Amino acid sequence: MIPGVFEYHRPGAVAEAVALLRAHGDEARVVAGGHSLIPMMKLRMAAPEHLIDLQGLDELRGIEIGAEIRIGAMTTQHEILTHSGLAEAAPIMAEAARQIADPQVRYLGTIGGNVANGDPGNDMPGLMQCLDARFTLAGPDGTREVAARDFFESAFMTTREEEEILTSINFARPTGGWAYEKLKRKIGDYATAAAAVQIAVEGGKVTAAAIAMTNLSDVPVLSAGAAAALTGTGCGPEAVKAAVDAMQADIDPVEDNRGPVEFKRHVAGVILARAIARAFERA
Amino acid sequence: MNEMTPSREERTANLKGTGCARKRVEDARFTQGKGNYVDDVKLPGMLFGDFVRSPHAHARVTSIDPAAALALPGVVAVLTAKDLEPLNLHWMPTLAGDRQMVLADGKVLFQGQEVAFVVAEDRYIAADAVDLVEVEYEDLPVVVDPYKALEDDAPVLREDLEGQDEGAHGPRRHHNHIFRWEAGDREAAEAAIGGSEVVVSERIYYQRTHPCPLETCGCVASMDKVNGKLTVRGTFQAPHVVRTVASLLSGIDEHNIRVISPDIGGGFGNKVGVYPGYVCAIVASIVTGVPVKWVEDRMENLMATAFARDYWMDGTISATKDGRITGLKAHVIADHGAFDACADPTKFPAGFFHICTGSYDIPAAHVAVDGVYTNKAPGGVAYRCSFRVTEAAYMIERLIEILAAKLDMDAAELRRINFIKADQFPYQSALGWEYDSGDYHTAWEKALRAVGYEGLRAEQAQRIADFKAGKTRKLLGIGLTHFTEIVGAGPVKNCDILGMGMFDSCEIRIHPTGSAIARLGTISQGQGHATTFAQILASETGIPADQITIEEGDTDTAPYGLGTYGSRSTPVAGAATAMAGRKIRAKAQMIAAYLLEVHDDDLEWDVDRFAVKGATERFKTMAEIAYAAYNQAIPGIEPGLEAVSYYDPPNMTYPFGAYICVMEIDVDTGEHGIRQFYALDDCGTRINPMVIEGQVHGGLTEALAIAMGQEIAYDDIGNVKTGTLMDFFLPTAWETPNYTTDWTETPSPHHPIGAKGVGESPNVGGVPAFSNAVHDAFRAFGLTQSHMPHDHWRIWKIAHDLGLHG
Ligand SMILES: Cc1cc2nc3c(=O)[nH]c(=O)nc-3n(C[C@H](O)[C@H](O)[C@H](O)COP(=O)(O)OP(=O)(O)OC[C@H]3O[C@@H](n4cnc5c(N)ncnc54)[C@H](O)[C@@H]3O)c2cc1C
Repeated sequence: MIPGVFEYHRPGAVAEAVALLRAHGDEARVVAGGHSLIPMMKLRMAAPEHLIDLQGLDELRGIEIGAEIRIGAMTTQHEILTHSGLAEAAPIMAEAARQIADPQVRYLGTIGGNVANGDPGNDMPGLMQCLDARFTLAGPDGTREVAARDFFESAFMTTREEEEILTSINFARPTGGWAYEKLKRKIGDYATAAAAVQIAVEGGKVTAAAIAMTNLSDVPVLSAGAAAALTGTGCGPEAVKAAVDAMQADIDPVEDNRGPVEFKRHVAGVILARAIARAFERA
Repeated sequence: MNEMTPSREERTANLKGTGCARKRVEDARFTQGKGNYVDDVKLPGMLFGDFVRSPHAHARVTSIDPAAALALPGVVAVLTAKDLEPLNLHWMPTLAGDRQMVLADGKVLFQGQEVAFVVAEDRYIAADAVDLVEVEYEDLPVVVDPYKALEDDAPVLREDLEGQDEGAHGPRRHHNHIFRWEAGDREAAEAAIGGSEVVVSERIYYQRTHPCPLETCGCVASMDKVNGKLTVRGTFQAPHVVRTVASLLSGIDEHNIRVISPDIGGGFGNKVGVYPGYVCAIVASIVTGVPVKWVEDRMENLMATAFARDYWMDGTISATKDGRITGLKAHVIADHGAFDACADPTKFPAGFFHICTGSYDIPAAHVAVDGVYTNKAPGGVAYRCSFRVTEAAYMIERLIEILAAKLDMDAAELRRINFIKADQFPYQSALGWEYDSGDYHTAWEKALRAVGYEGLRAEQAQRIADFKAGKTRKLLGIGLTHFTEIVGAGPVKNCDILGMGMFDSCEIRIHPTGSAIARLGTISQGQGHATTFAQILASETGIPADQITIEEGDTDTAPYGLGTYGSRSTPVAGAATAMAGRKIRAKAQMIAAYLLEVHDDDLEWDVDRFAVKGATERFKTMAEIAYAAYNQAIPGIEPGLEAVSYYDPPNMTYPFGAYICVMEIDVDTGEHGIRQFYALDDCGTRINPMVIEGQVHGGLTEALAIAMGQEIAYDDIGNVKTGTLMDFFLPTAWETPNYTTDWTETPSPHHPIGAKGVGESPNVGGVPAFSNAVHDAFRAFGLTQSHMPHDHWRIWKIAHDLGLHG
């Protein structure tokens, strides 16, 4: 449980960090909160020779609430959990953050690290897809924006280039009801199944819905079919069942210590149904 | 003077003796992070050892090349079996009469097995060097299923034992068989069962788990080449035994070995045995002449140091149709892993599993246990229980529930009908034990009343009706357990470890000003000995507990003892403490008689003093007596006030308890919630109610962990699947329910102060209580047996298989 030898860098500006990444290529990794990367280094599943610490980059911190919501990549899960403006503008963020890990991890773990990591177990990627967020990446040739829904390629693989740093996350203020529902074995555990649901309702009927599932495939699963199944309905039992069926067609869970595939498929449905019910009630 | 004398009650309270909820004296340092654990030990010039471990569960080791590791600056040595062989230390004896590789000798037998020991100037270099040692393996077929291990064509795991038909415990029946152990009368049991109206048989698995103490295992070995003395500081639950073993193995005279157990961060049986890390650190220190530290990490601890349980128990229980139990039979396949490294008393290779008639008066019984080798880590230790007692309690408490279902009878009533009655004690069990004391009916009725049992059953019936009507998706389980423990090993006539009788000891010195130090052969790992043993002594000698230092764990100063596990400290060392205290008092009485110019017999003991009978204003306090013992020439009496006692217990003690768990179960996700947990413990005389409550809380939480999530699981090729705390369940405050504790007090008739031991009871009784609650929730739907751990997917599977998901 001791990492290999590495050199530690602490740049003071994004450009400097990008330059370090460029100089050291695939021998370098940025570290944010360190709560995904450092465990992997201790297991020697990751052995970067250069560790570039982003803690000195104040420009990557903070939450801005306007018509759009902007969250700096280095914002911690704890800050997300306790930000009153965010609680009002996008309450699903705190509901999800509260279900990540434990307080110690949340004090350090960042939203940027959580999405850049590309671990199917992370909760933020699915949530970002549900909210249709956009990620800003800074690289040697300037910045670009990638939609969360296009970002995740496979486990631990994203469209971020090796020389790019994720600087911020933007999404439109969500409307309607919300729910982040997660089944886990214990505090500090990744999801057995989790569902992020946003539902807009008018006159008792769903006008728009977004549904994304976590840890049920090697990437987060945005289920357009499930969302479509709810649209125009009052989220009655049949509509919920149709949404669950559609979602279950989209996921691809694997067996692990949390249980076999059959179980995961089933509880994914239970969790989604509960999330829909709560979101609809709040809409 | 007389008016100044505080009342007897005040003086008694001032002692903080037996019965006082005295705060733990250890906690001031532990809660401030000021404990001194092995990893806090830093000696000048100290080197660090780290293991190269096998990634394979069964493979031939074809070559080990340390060249690249040795080339790394800061690496001092790389030890392999070849280096240990000339010292005859490449293998070592286990506590169970088997032998175990210290470093891989030609092959490896489990994932995580120690292959080479790297010694370096710091632990970071050591870790880097581990990666550089090149080991070549040739895969061999892996056996993780003990039943498959016993098939005719199963691969031979222990080639070193080939052709040896006789093991440490009798004949071996197969090349992967270790022992067959039996108790009771097979014919009588079979006859009783055969003639019974109702018989149930069930295979009950108690899964492999791990004690997982917060502090992992480790040591610092330090060979002083100038004076020839070896000092080993380590996480040892039995420091004196470690000294003897170290002497026998190394050939160093025992007086030249000093073993010290500093503060220990939990043991739970994991720290009883002798591990390759200790041997390698000692050898490395002898070779290098400087101290060598070895401390395993969490994954190594879970993967390679002693596991617990892994018992496949085929139980049969029979009864009349009105519920009188007539017989019990059990056959166990015990998976011991690659080496038999259990830490049981030598004559008991299956520990005290034959306590499995539990709290019930069962006229005929028989058990047979077959130990089996597999490609898994060795161990089989008593994880917060006396040897194999939790397995026994789990089996009988499951069988009782299964029998109750078969009889269509209330499980509380079935227990009531079959309990050993208070007037039957001392009770001879069909499997050969003599239960010292008990009053099960009283405890049981108190427990049922406390939880409102009838009301709970009515609520459960309503819940089932609601569930069937589609009004709820949650079921209610009421988990009952009445357990009987057997602790305090044990009488030297039949209990020994490596030939050392399982007595224990206490040595007391009273200082001239009336305070004292007492040293014991045991060692606390969190049990609070420094608190409770001082209380026993306070009551025996009249010296306030606050003025008594308790010291354990340094073999150069403490008297020889067998250590702390199996709840034996209070029953054995606690008894020695009381007996040594009484010796102090006997001498004190003679001194007081001289000082008061009366005959010894004219004095009576009064809390903290000897007073003249009929003239109690004339007295000498223990403090006055102590002063005189050192300052006055008393004819015919040696100066000083010291005593030592080695206590050989005449019998085990038999704590018992009644636990009830009320559990909500979500049929759709397999989640559970514990609404209520009531634990009544009877541990005989209660020395410190607060310490007892703490022990019960801790033990119940470990029981919760085992029942609801903990396991060491392997895949088909012997990879450990649960090697980190992400997958190995260790409950936090969040998962831990609220507990209600209660007690009855039935003293042990043979223990000097009537105490029985309690640290392990909650684990022994807790596991079946949680598990029975899960089973009980589904009883109405036809569930008979579902193996632990009852994690989400396994509970979900119960519901699924019973058709409850529609
Ligand atoms: C016990 C435990 C339980 C956990 N449980 C959960 C859980 O339930 N749900 C959950 O979602 N997470 C969980 N986590 C993970 C935790 O939330 C991590 O903090 C998070 O995944 C990563 O954030 P970080 O800031 O720590 O990133 P780091 O560990 O520092 O980095 C993670 C990866 O992202 C890269 N990276 C980080 N920041 C950037 C950036 N700005 N630009 C480009 N690349 C970047 C790093 O190079 C690295 O590859 C758990 C962690 C632990 C230790």
